[in-house]
Amino acid sequence: MEEITYLEAIRQALWEEMDQDQRVFLLGEDIGVYGGAFKITKGFLEKFGEERVIDTPLAESGFVGAAIGAALVGMRPVVEMQFADFISCAFDQIVNMAAKHHYRLGEPVPMVIRAPYGGRLHAGPFHSQCPEAWFVHSPGLKVVAPSTPYDAKGLLKASIRDPNPVIYCEHKYLYRHAKGEVPPGEYVLPLGQADVKRQGSDITLITYGAMVQEGLEAADQMSEQGIEVELVDLRTLYPLDTETILASVKKTGKTLIVHEAPQVCGIGAEIAAVIAQEAFRHLDAPVMRLTAPHTPVPFSSPLEDFYLPNAAKIASKLKDLASY
Amino acid sequence: MAIEVVMPQMGQSVAEGTVLEWFKREGERVEKDEALLTINTDKIDVEIPSPGAGTLSRILVQAGETVPVGTALATIEGPEPDRPPAGTTPSAPTPESLRSREETSRWYSPAVLELAERQGLGPSELQEIRGTGQSGRVTKQDILNYLAERDAGTAPRVDDEVVPFTPMRRAIAEHMVRSKQTAPHATAIIEVDMTTIAEFREREKATSAERRGAPLTFLPFVIQAAVQALTKHPWLNAWVEHDRIVLKREINIGIAVALQDGLIVPVLKGAGNLSLAEIARQADDLARRAREKRLTPMEVQGGTFTVNNLGVSGILLATPILVQPQAGILGVGAVTRRPIVIGNETAIRSLAYLCLSFDHRVIDGAMAGQFLQEVKARLEGFDPTAQ
Repeated sequence: MEEITYLEAIRQALWEEMDQDQRVFLLGEDIGVYGGAFKITKGFLEKFGEERVIDTPLAESGFVGAAIGAALVGMRPVVEMQFADFISCAFDQIVNMAAKHHYRLGEPVPMVIRAPYGGRLHAGPFHSQCPEAWFVHSPGLKVVAPSTPYDAKGLLKASIRDPNPVIYCEHKYLYRHAKGEVPPGEYVLPLGQADVKRQGSDITLITYGAMVQEGLEAADQMSEQGIEVELVDLRTLYPLDTETILASVKKTGKTLIVHEAPQVCGIGAEIAAVIAQEAFRHLDAPVMRLTAPHTPVPFSSPLEDFYLPNAAKIASKLKDLASY
Repeated sequence: MAIEVVMPQMGQSVAEGTVLEWFKREGERVEKDEALLTINTDKIDVEIPSPGAGTLSRILVQAGETVPVGTALATIEGPEPDRPPAGTTPSAPTPESLRSREETSRWYSPAVLELAERQGLGPSELQEIRGTGQSGRVTKQDILNYLAERDAGTAPRVDDEVVPFTPMRRAIAEHMVRSKQTAPHATAIIEVDMTTIAEFREREKATSAERRGAPLTFLPFVIQAAVQALTKHPWLNAWVEHDRIVLKREINIGIAVALQDGLIVPVLKGAGNLSLAEIARQADDLARRAREKRLTPMEVQGGTFTVNNLGVSGILLATPILVQPQAGILGVGAVTRRPIVIGNETAIRSLAYLCLSFDHRVIDGAMAGQFLQEVKARLEGFDPTAQ
């Protein structure tokens, strides 16, 4: 099977969906002539034309609104946020219009907002954020955050085909750092299904996005010390696959949740609460979290390294849990 | 600035160490070079000084844990208090480290209680299970282990005394198992007439301690004879490594020393060049410092052949276990006066058995026999006038 990058997987999903469904079209800043800030849509303008690959002004609220309108009349828009950080400019359109329309009027709003998120590129506080929890907290939205090329492609196709709005969080660091096998031809992965990326009996490690690879590295280190870690890759943050989470926690009794977003009211808080409520009698240690601290993302690279979780920090927490 | 304290490399062959004791607790101030902890490597206890001044912010490896060389043991925060840079929002309080929480040893997690209930373990039975978690907490795994042992009928009863392995006991146990699994042991035994040496020793005993700086036991005579025999039979002065044997140029004699809580084998280095008096003095010095736990790591490494004094415990015969990767070990039985036939007469002589265990992968019985014959000849031919 061919190994491709995470970026290429996203590109292929967009290309294939546009190729087979005339309703799918793209909007975003610099996605046409320039091919996108990260070159995901390079060559799309030439292939699909300017009616389906639309360069927009720097006005997130405006073009997300336009996408909602298009979705309401039967189109399937895919919006690219140049950086996920800019998504807050369109917050009202997303959480009040897109998210609530189906609830209020029973009409579907089939649209995807692609949000290139996350740090480790030393891009500072306005180009490195992880805003996923804002949208998980908003009823009416689905939130997806894949960690591998295979998941990225299958989940983006599922997001485009979903009848209601999906915030698709694609990690910028993974674009060119994550490589993996993707089968030729058509496949779609279901939204709302976590994936156990590594089996283990001693500790459950729950994470997503760029922290999956770090977690797997930490798990390998632990394995050398005889501690077997089970890694649950959430893949979809809402709806949360509590079934997979609880099955794993009930098996191990010990849980570490890792995310790159700050800790307070992050996804980890929700997962910890679900575990406390549904698996209390199976807990053999406190549910632990390892996240970024409660500050903006620092610009300086040493500070950003300090700020972000990584394999070594994860292994240290796992060791604490193992000896608890 | 945080300073990391790591498990030091205490000798080339040492891959891991055990933390025995922390002299400081988390949050305590420590000065540079102040004693911070003791570790045990290869059965040697070493005090580790602090690499810098500051506050011991976090202990990563607790007393009793064994970790590979280079593993971070603790972090020391430098003297500057950590202040957040101006303009940042105050950070949320970091959750307390799991380790810093004081737990009573009889606190049960929900998982433990659930398992105990499901398995019908009553409070009194639960009370007896030994905890291996933080501060002696009973973990889910402890319950599972207990149940397995109980079902196999091997769980200790309440009135049994359970003594966990000390680091030294664990090191001995691991080494013995490894040695037995590595080398097919065979033991050859020969009887030696020690009468001449016994008489010499009897004469010299009173003045020996004074003149030679050490009491004169049988051991130095045997070591000297073994060294001479090893020079003629270098295959027994060797290390066996996988598919090859390394014949060592130096003769370094390991001397097994019994301790209250185990045993240790300090090494008499360069034994090929030493006089009997020097062997006696150095062997006595090593044994004494071994009992006082004052050996350095270098002094328990590099042995090429080992001598084990069985006689001190009154043992006549034994089958010693090799010190890996050495090819031979010589057990020296007790010297006792026994009747023996010499020519057509019965005589009363001072006799001892020498027991050579050897690695049968590389040493065959004939070679072991030749070596023992050589040692025997040297001991029986001892010339008191040459001393």
